[in-house]
Amino acid sequence: MIRPSSSTLRLLIPALSLAVLLVAVFYLQPRAMSYVGLNLLFNLAVPIALATIAQMMIMSVSDLDLSMGTFVSFTACVAATYLQSAPLLGILILVAAIAVYAVMGVIIYVRDLPSIVVTLGMSFVWGGFAVLLLPAPGGTAPDWIRWLMTSKPPLVPIAIVASVVIALISHLIVMRSSFGVLIRGVGGNQRSLERAGWSVVALRAAAYGLAGLFAVLSGIALVGLTTSADANIALRYTLLSIAGVILGGGEFIGGRVSPIGAVVGALTLTLAGSFLSFLRISPDWQIGAQGAILIIVLALRLLLNRVEKREKQS
Amino acid sequence: MIAVKDNSAMKKNAGRQAVVSARGIKMHFGAVKALDGADLTIYAGECIGLVGHNGAGKSTIVNVINGGLSPHEGTVAYDGSDKVHGINAARAHGIRCVFQELSLAPNLTVVENMRVVHHGLSGWSWRRRAAEIVRAKLDEIFAGHRIDVMRTVGELSIAERQMVEIAITFSTVSERPKLVILDEPTSSLDAGLAAQLMAYVRSFVQAGGAVMLISHILGEILSTASRILVMKDGRVVADRAAQDFSVNSLVQAMGSVVKEQDRKRRNEKRAATAPILALPSRGGKGLSFEVRKGEVVGLAGLAGHGQTEMLLDLHRSLSGNWLPGRQNNIAFVAGDRSLNGTFPLWSILNNLSIASLGDLSKMSLVNRQREEGLGADWKGRIEIRTPTMANGILSLSGGNQQKVLFARALATTSPIVLMDDPMRGVDIGTKQEVYRILNDEASAGRTFIWYSTEMDEICLCDRAYVFRDGAIVAELVGDDITEENVLAASFEGEGA
Repeated sequence: MIRPSSSTLRLLIPALSLAVLLVAVFYLQPRAMSYVGLNLLFNLAVPIALATIAQMMIMSVSDLDLSMGTFVSFTACVAATYLQSAPLLGILILVAAIAVYAVMGVIIYVRDLPSIVVTLGMSFVWGGFAVLLLPAPGGTAPDWIRWLMTSKPPLVPIAIVASVVIALISHLIVMRSSFGVLIRGVGGNQRSLERAGWSVVALRAAAYGLAGLFAVLSGIALVGLTTSADANIALRYTLLSIAGVILGGGEFIGGRVSPIGAVVGALTLTLAGSFLSFLRISPDWQIGAQGAILIIVLALRLLLNRVEKREKQS
Repeated sequence: MIAVKDNSAMKKNAGRQAVVSARGIKMHFGAVKALDGADLTIYAGECIGLVGHNGAGKSTIVNVINGGLSPHEGTVAYDGSDKVHGINAARAHGIRCVFQELSLAPNLTVVENMRVVHHGLSGWSWRRRAAEIVRAKLDEIFAGHRIDVMRTVGELSIAERQMVEIAITFSTVSERPKLVILDEPTSSLDAGLAAQLMAYVRSFVQAGGAVMLISHILGEILSTASRILVMKDGRVVADRAAQDFSVNSLVQAMGSVVKEQDRKRRNEKRAATAPILALPSRGGKGLSFEVRKGEVVGLAGLAGHGQTEMLLDLHRSLSGNWLPGRQNNIAFVAGDRSLNGTFPLWSILNNLSIASLGDLSKMSLVNRQREEGLGADWKGRIEIRTPTMANGILSLSGGNQQKVLFARALATTSPIVLMDDPMRGVDIGTKQEVYRILNDEASAGRTFIWYSTEMDEICLCDRAYVFRDGAIVAELVGDDITEENVLAASFEGEGA
């Protein structure tokens, strides 16, 4: 008998939970089963998926980024102000922000600091910048991103197309390219990379820089959907992105991540919110109910892990 | 005629080009001298065996050769040039290493681990190429292995991981390996696989490669190596062809020749009293364990052969799983200070009194005065060198921190003290002080179970159990505890 590989098993739970939620939503609201309905259900998932991929890059080197939410808010503010009014300056700011991420990766490694503390500190810095840029909600999205996020490709809504593209590109980078292998190697066994003569500093900087890039894309996509920005627009993304990675089969340490799983996890989290609305659960209870869904899915995964382990021992 | 002879002699000399030669390497970590002027040369086409007891400097010299450590003194030359040093220089000269602890990334597949080790694997189809190379190498070394190279390493068994690591190390992608260092490669392989590996090592050497083999199975070394180096106290003390050695002469070469003993003999009638602690033989193999009141029992043998697990089992057998037992009957002195010994942010006094807070408190409140009294008492008894016990624990030197950990265990009322190689990296002066305290406490009726990797400490014990492969293989009593006997028991001759 062919045993499915462990990475396939890891993808099974998030894919199943997404399917179950989708079926439940369609049952509650058959009209969601349309082009417009699907787009409405999933369009907010695109920036979340990008932020989740960013978080996954950090988690693949066994670190954690607590500044994801404020950073995405900051980039959204930049996108709604400078990127629209002075595109060159806007791009420059965003590139500098990515560079700061790479430097953060270097500092965390060289000074042997806990990533949680450094990123928590940075979250206040990003939050401050965001407030300086947009003290009150406002700004305008650049036309091109507005056009991209509201475009209507034939047959499949843009939200689904974008999610698939994000999943494929990040899968290519993280799982298939040799660069991705090395980054995951840093998470799995840093010493073995050092012994093989690789520069761990450079790899960590690259992983953080890539995370910064995906977070910037997330902020831009978010502004494309909302048309304007606000300094607190994406605060929830910190925890949503971590939950998305874990839901998608990733782990906090050890470089075990799955980009496709992460995107599916982000979709599941978004869908969970809509599902609860369709159930007419009052918004006061929704966050709690969302947490309950998360706990159920994670419990299922633990159960699966245990079964897997037992099979291995026997 | 003469010209031809010259030519062949030159050829022979070229063939005897040293792959690596290390001259007068000195290396120290704090107060501990790991290498004290070690010399070692490895030529192409030979397999050298490297043996020695714990702390002889084997792992350190391996790390110096592969560029992971820069020696404080001395030179390392690859292919005759000593201009470059470092991991990448060593790799460029074809030096590869299989480490004792597995060093693959468990979250990557076998093929991806190939990519990590071999920089030459690039381009679009590197996965296919890597798979072909590693599969071929696995087939060559371990015929009939049944390892799927597309699986992640974490899914493989320990033996399979070791096989994969060996195959990856011996693989040729862009440059051929010239010297492969195998550090205890057979420790997780069974006898059949070990034999396959040794056969491959012989053919690799025959084809002109060099291998450095480190193993505690002397039979393996004697049958595979062409030359054997014996290390002791950071130096190479013997360097001869393998056929000049036998198991006995190797054991002798590893031990010291003369030894002064200053152990105070305690009376022998203790044997009559009943043991206060006993454990059956571990995993159904080897001897059972028992200890009597007032004894100092040593756990000897090579590092990592089940001594720490035995201590943990003993600790578990006397304390509850979830809740601490009501009576304090066992204390533990940890070996790895920073990992599970000290509370780095606390003061010396808090670090010392933590284990006896139960005795010092009344109605769950700690009696400050008694705590300070205890601190002052022990400060004097073991001479902790600090102006005040309120200073942070990290203000002390490593040896003094260790003394505080000893005092923590001794300050309790526990009749049994477990020690997990606590003297690692402690200077000789501190050791003497601690030995004196141990002796006094044992005479007063306290029991010590002492795992140590240092021979002189084992020789201080009343009785010693020698461990090999997780089981007790020998019990030595009194005058029988000699370096020679311990070595002979921990390096069993033939077979795994």
